[in-house]
Amino acid sequence: MPDKTLTFTSIAALTLVISGGVLPQWAIFLVTVSLCYGTVVLGMILLARTGLVSFGHGLYYCLGAYSAGTSKLFWGISDLIFMLLTAIILTATISFALGFLLRKYRSIFFAMLSLAFSMILYGLLSKSSYLGSTDGFNVTTQTIFGYDFLDSGYARYIIFLITTFTAWLCCFLMHLYLKSNKGRLADAVKDNELRVEYLGASAAKIIHTNYVISAVLAGLGGALMAISIGHIDPEMSYWTTSGEFVFITIMAGTSSVLAPFFGSMLFTTVRSFAYEYSPDTWQLLLGTTMLIIIIFLPDGLWSLFTRKKKHRSV
Amino acid sequence: MLQVKKLCKTFGAVTAAENLNVNIDVNSTIGLIGSNGAGKTTFLNMITGYLSPDSGSIFFRDKNITGKPPRYITRQGVYRSFQIPQLFDSMTTEENLEISKSIAASEISIDGNQEAKVESKNQSVKEILEKFQLTEFQNQTASNLPEGTRKLLDIAMALIMGPNLLLLDEPTSGVAAEDKFKIMDMIMNVVETETTAIIFVEHDMEIIKKYTNRTLAFFNGKIIADGATKEVLSHPSVKANVLGLTSQDSKL
Amino acid sequence: MNSIVAIIIDGLVYSSWLFIVAVGLTLIYGVMKILNIAHGSFYAIGAYTAASLTGSWLALGYDQSTAFLIMLFSAVLVGFTLGPIIERGILKYMYQRDEIVLVLVTYALFLMLEDIIKLIWGVNPYFLYQPYGLLGSFEIVELTYPNYNLLLIGCAITIGCFLTWFLQKTRHGKILLAVIHDREIASTQGINVDRVYFLTFTLGTVLAALGGVLTAPMISVQPGIGAETIVMAFAVVVVGGLGSLPGAALAAILIGLVRSGAVHLFPDLDLFSIYLVMATVLIFKPKGLFSAQEERQI
Repeated sequence: MPDKTLTFTSIAALTLVISGGVLPQWAIFLVTVSLCYGTVVLGMILLARTGLVSFGHGLYYCLGAYSAGTSKLFWGISDLIFMLLTAIILTATISFALGFLLRKYRSIFFAMLSLAFSMILYGLLSKSSYLGSTDGFNVTTQTIFGYDFLDSGYARYIIFLITTFTAWLCCFLMHLYLKSNKGRLADAVKDNELRVEYLGASAAKIIHTNYVISAVLAGLGGALMAISIGHIDPEMSYWTTSGEFVFITIMAGTSSVLAPFFGSMLFTTVRSFAYEYSPDTWQLLLGTTMLIIIIFLPDGLWSLFTRKKKHRSV
Repeated sequence: MLQVKKLCKTFGAVTAAENLNVNIDVNSTIGLIGSNGAGKTTFLNMITGYLSPDSGSIFFRDKNITGKPPRYITRQGVYRSFQIPQLFDSMTTEENLEISKSIAASEISIDGNQEAKVESKNQSVKEILEKFQLTEFQNQTASNLPEGTRKLLDIAMALIMGPNLLLLDEPTSGVAAEDKFKIMDMIMNVVETETTAIIFVEHDMEIIKKYTNRTLAFFNGKIIADGATKEVLSHPSVKANVLGLTSQDSKL
Repeated sequence: MNSIVAIIIDGLVYSSWLFIVAVGLTLIYGVMKILNIAHGSFYAIGAYTAASLTGSWLALGYDQSTAFLIMLFSAVLVGFTLGPIIERGILKYMYQRDEIVLVLVTYALFLMLEDIIKLIWGVNPYFLYQPYGLLGSFEIVELTYPNYNLLLIGCAITIGCFLTWFLQKTRHGKILLAVIHDREIASTQGINVDRVYFLTFTLGTVLAALGGVLTAPMISVQPGIGAETIVMAFAVVVVGGLGSLPGAALAAILIGLVRSGAVHLFPDLDLFSIYLVMATVLIFKPKGLFSAQEERQI
């Protein structure tokens, strides 16, 4: 039996790839940015399903972006694939190390300690003149698999394709993971850690695993963002950036791997219009939406789609 | 199978366990009695790793499990139920059992100790649902189940992998009086007593008399009597310190 | 020698500031178990109110020394308006929700208030420089410090002593302590927890606003100051142990001195040093310096 979510994900990705040929530049850019955000939030929903909210995932988002951005500086290579790989390796290593500490924490302590780590990075980057301090620096991606695509005229479309492909792949794998026995333990840990331990599994290890996965996704999102925007700065690690990811997670809900992409699309679209027409009420809008969702739709916007189904089956 | 030696534990000024020495063999069903705060649950908590004893040792099948984490001890085949049911509240009854089974069967965290894997006399989810008469609730979310059913599911989760040592913390508390024997019968029916030992905390003396062949009586962190159930219940000190209180407690 | 004195004095001034901006946060967490991100907004609104009110008051030609009265009035005004509105209007309906959900609620409020500030005061900075110069300065081993710094230290000590006296000696304070200790027992003993929450949140809001008011003369009051401050206040209360007053004081001193040392000796590690202290403390004391024992679950 074909999995509905996987089918839908693949159709959506294909549609994007095809429509990328006809969409105007600004729309392609908007979708690219949304997919980057969505990839980060995909990791956040895995954490949320494990019962954790991180107010510091900007750490990995920023690390991913900087490792991609400094690839030319440190390795002399500005190949897109290589940049993504460095982001994966760096975020996986750091999150694996920090995970030993963070897996002991829950609830607000987890949120606050993650925040502290992301602010450490912010503090370091904003003082390091070598990397442009608070201004950051521009990122140029010259080649892909060694092929020089920058001046081909298709650069934006190729970056868009890679982003779409990465997002689709992450979505696909995450869906399979969440369905697997190992993945389902996330919900178990969230529900009752004590019972998980008394069935013979280590809640700390489950949290650690999911933390690393979510960090790598955030790193990938950050690297793709650096590549598509072409600029990075320490703000990516500031706590309000992490706050935006938390916002999208809460808004979209955690029940489906498609929710984060749906949420990010909505978020970036509304944001670009809000910036244009009423820059001083954008956060007001965010805050109000968030309150309304917490009060009336505790499972996020995605539950609007699934709710009907549940009623019918009962 | 289980050897407890010189086990001690204090919480501040309160002595919860004082020099406990117990040997438990396969094929025995043991009741723990005593008033609230006498140290019964502390005893279970130390065996299952929730608490570390201050001193003393616990061996299970000749393996030292003193102070090991719950998951390690569980992996040796020691399963437990809880006074307040510990369920996965957002999942259905069936999912609760499935996930219990998949955790127990998986390789996750044996702390590098492969040999510790349980030799399973495990039952299928469907069998357990039937034996515990949970089939009608299988698609209901755990948080919506009636209290008695939650209790039953909690015990079923401990049983699904076929434990070698089963510890039950007040299996019939919160259960309607007329159902208590039914529940105990179900449990005894599922457990293969030839290869398993059962220890349970219980306030209800009718249950103790009917199902146990040995009883430990706790008072102020000490075991004041240990032996055949009938003898323990007629022990003068038990009568004064344990039964005097429990008959007041249970207004059944 | 000079630099040691400078580190200590700057450190103490910074510690005082940290304590003032964090004390309301830890009080609210202790009693209500809410880690209030909107605390940063209350701080910012306090600063804006003080800057604009005192500015217009002095423009009317009143004596400069009255500025301090207006500043105090600003803190009370902000606290007694915003506190009740937000507690009664929104938080009251959320108490049964999870701690982390409450953080998200206050984060939503923070976002809203950030823009409300911009709508009221615009995006251009405000300055309230008069009180800073008004008090003159003092000299110590060839270093000159404005007396306003002493005022800050004085305020921190006063607030700390006042709260300790209030909690230990007054009837209302003892009720608060009872609620901090055990909410359930407190409510079964006939304490009106609802009212306690209302009063605590209002008091916490006044303290947040007071933090902003006292800071206003030292900075340019502009968008973003709330976001900057709240994370430092978090660091203080988390290091101290959430909800602990002496913990917050100790944490403020620790962080204040470390940061001051960093600023003087390794300026590049300025911001970094605060969070390094936080991470280090949490590694060794996972629940902060002064933390409550956990109860048995089973």
